Amino acid sequence: MRKFFRCILSLMIISLLIWDFNSSVIFSQSIPDELMSTHKHKSHPQTIQPEGQTDTRSGVFREMSDTGSPVSQKADWPSPVMDEENHGFFLADVLEYRPNIGGDGSHDDYRWDIEGWYGGDYNRIWFKSEGQRDTAFKADYDIDSQLLFGRFIQQYYDFQAGGRIETQSYRGRNVTRGLAVIGLQGLVPYNYELQPAIFMSQHGDLSARLTATKDLSLTQRLILQPRFETNAAIQRVRKFTTGSGLNNLELGFRLRYEIRREFAPYVGISLDKSFGDTASLVREEGGNPSQIRFVVGVRLWF
Amino acid sequence: MSINRDSQDTRMTRRSLLKGVGALGIMTAVGRLLPSYVLAGTTMAKAGSPSELQGKTIDLRISKSPVQIGELTGIAKTINGTLPGPLIRLKEGDNVTLNVTNRLMEDTSIHWHGLLLPPDMDGVPGVSFGGIKPASTFSYRYPIRQSGTYWYHSHSGFQEQSGVYGPLIIDPIEPEPVHYDRDYVVVLSDWTFESPESVFANLKKQSDYYNFQKRAAPEFFSDVSRMGLGPALQNYLMWDRMRMDPTDFADVTGYTYTYLMNGLAPDQNWTGLFRPGERVRLRFIAATAMTFYDVRLPGLTMTVVQADGQNVQPVAVDEFRIGPAETYDVIVQPTEERAYTIFAETMDRSGYARGTLAPRTGMTAPLPDRRPRPLRTMAAMGMHMDGMDMADMKNLNHHEETPLNNQELNGSQRHAKEHMHDKHDMSDLPPGESRHSMIPGSTPVRHAPGHHGTGNQSVAEFSRQQLDEPGIGLTDTGTRVLVYTDLKSLAPYPDQREPGREIEVHLTGHMERYMWSFDGKKYSEAKEPIFFRHGERLRFTFVNDTMMEHPLHLHGMWMHLENGAGAFLPRKHTVIVKPAERVSVAITADAPGRWAFHCHLLFHMEAGMFRVVEVSAEEPTGRS
Repeated sequence: MRKFFRCILSLMIISLLIWDFNSSVIFSQSIPDELMSTHKHKSHPQTIQPEGQTDTRSGVFREMSDTGSPVSQKADWPSPVMDEENHGFFLADVLEYRPNIGGDGSHDDYRWDIEGWYGGDYNRIWFKSEGQRDTAFKADYDIDSQLLFGRFIQQYYDFQAGGRIETQSYRGRNVTRGLAVIGLQGLVPYNYELQPAIFMSQHGDLSARLTATKDLSLTQRLILQPRFETNAAIQRVRKFTTGSGLNNLELGFRLRYEIRREFAPYVGISLDKSFGDTASLVREEGGNPSQIRFVVGVRLWF
Repeated sequence: MSINRDSQDTRMTRRSLLKGVGALGIMTAVGRLLPSYVLAGTTMAKAGSPSELQGKTIDLRISKSPVQIGELTGIAKTINGTLPGPLIRLKEGDNVTLNVTNRLMEDTSIHWHGLLLPPDMDGVPGVSFGGIKPASTFSYRYPIRQSGTYWYHSHSGFQEQSGVYGPLIIDPIEPEPVHYDRDYVVVLSDWTFESPESVFANLKKQSDYYNFQKRAAPEFFSDVSRMGLGPALQNYLMWDRMRMDPTDFADVTGYTYTYLMNGLAPDQNWTGLFRPGERVRLRFIAATAMTFYDVRLPGLTMTVVQADGQNVQPVAVDEFRIGPAETYDVIVQPTEERAYTIFAETMDRSGYARGTLAPRTGMTAPLPDRRPRPLRTMAAMGMHMDGMDMADMKNLNHHEETPLNNQELNGSQRHAKEHMHDKHDMSDLPPGESRHSMIPGSTPVRHAPGHHGTGNQSVAEFSRQQLDEPGIGLTDTGTRVLVYTDLKSLAPYPDQREPGREIEVHLTGHMERYMWSFDGKKYSEAKEPIFFRHGERLRFTFVNDTMMEHPLHLHGMWMHLENGAGAFLPRKHTVIVKPAERVSVAITADAPGRWAFHCHLLFHMEAGMFRVVEVSAEEPTGRS
């Protein structure tokens, strides 16, 4: 059964990548220059002159016929605009310290949620990493990283597919698993940044995650960001502190001040809660499944 | 280099006013970095200074130079070491040679904006030639077939933002139709100490990076107290639902820009001198990369006599909006012995360029109060029909775009569409219309189904011409603001044929993602040229589906703005198209070759809002 799932999933990813490759050819490239030029030559005469043969002092310029060599010359002309340039982006949306404010089994925790992309307007390679020492969900450290291929679709969304590696460490033991990812990321109506994703582990376990954020401008530089993240799973995976059903949610409010757009220290509070089966597992491992934490951190990008 | 100063009135005046004038301290400090025409009121300007170039052979050198902007020094890419570049003064009828030497480490180019010339002299790398390589010289040679106020700038990368631009004046063979005593060039531009590459990258990563005039909580609460909670909330939520921002007027703002007048920051106060009663000609050139300016001289009425280098019937205004690459020549006649501020406020109200007209140097006049930034409305973006009356509504059914308009037109499809327009659009026009003509797009046109693909954020549900509207932020000034319907050519141009067919292009883009295109496709996705038949008269119609103003520039040929002026349609090289606006221009395709057509917002062009137009003699028709 698991093998069957894995097989289906890898087929899906492969077909998506192929579809994407094809569509990118259709979407982002046009007919090769050579073909175009040939076509033009047949339909109407070129008027571009080769360098060095120009004589316009008299105000007359010669129209080239099909015998000229503008094709080869045009080939080494640069593009008039740079609309195919790639750009790169790195964002640490959450990079914070969560001091111990007392309570049973509390620690000084930390958390990060970073992402980045490199690419053009339509196709991008994405990198995402979340990491935490969060006693409300996973009793110890939890670090996961994703490498995704993203395709811009439907005006607001990046369709993403790729892989994820999750490492958990607790009581001195490390567990690691690989997961396949299919997700969306984009701006939904009412300006919420939404990131739904589904994951399938190497053992065929299915899980899902939804992240939503919104920026509320209190002033031009003081911005309140409500943030919501929740995880759910179909199978119980005890090794990864994951119960069946809704696992947990984080509801946070972070107030940042944009000293520059790229650099914004923040303070906030975060409600972290695990549910049901997951909550039991967290308790077994010495965590506290329901906490309200004060956070302090910095949001930065470049 | 030969500089032949002939003794025209204007220059005599200019030279005479150099006498007995004390230099401003700050001017002295920056003197080396500024072209001499900027320093008209100071002793720094000497006759024969390299900053005003005349004659039939002109040498230009493009290099990196330090420039003083306000109190800071930046590194600019300059022409002959100054920002802006030297004033090039040519004579109609001459055959000129302009040698451009590249002393940068990268390719460069010079485009002669608005000049009619052979296609390989137009200076657009990748369209007219291969560009000018480092350490090489390219000789532009062409005959001057026109007169008026123009400018020139690099068409390579972001060099225009970095300083590679300058004014160009062509003196007419015939006497000037207007009389004036003094003649000043007023180059408006925008400067940033950031590299343009990083500005562009910032916009790609966060498109509202430079907007510090968003609607924040204080404005919300004041709106609540003004409108009531329900309506205010409804309005804010509506914009949120659309994923758009009603405060989006400029991609790049005063947050990073220093707005310049003749290369001087507002505090440096460029000054032009006059004697009371003199008629002063001000040649405004918007050599801006990304900025629309609203220009006024409080206390003076401006008489617009030229637009984009072309003489127009004089029209008196208090203020005009000038978009990137446009030029307006105005005459003012200050009668009092006092200073007058030349105030060029940016359209987004985030800053201003400023100078002074004064009887003596060192004088200033009060700056006018800054106006609040306006807000865009859904209606202005063609989203709602609230603002239209029932008569318009009734007509809508007859003016729907056909689905064909909206498809990717290439090859036979485009021809099919053109033929369709041949039959139906032209028959609407009454035959023999002379003095006044119907303005195309006067009746709102419903957008065809489809939204131009993933790279386009929205479409204007209804588009219509708004040529008689001054534009957002200028509607309630209580003063006379120039509108495009005011522009009437001084004399009718020879080709009075009705356009034989219509090509429609939609202005598209994605603000959130910072993508810009025509018909939803970037240049790299649509390299096939738009075809004009040599000799034909055609209508080129622009439909703005975005929520921003775009200044569209066609190289090589005039655009005759179809603004209802009948036989007196004005000729422009750059036309502003407002959000949800539909603007038509008539073009006489008399210049065979490949020409650039693009949005003159530099970062929009580089993002892909660019096309090649090819004029070819495939099916030659009679020329008038």
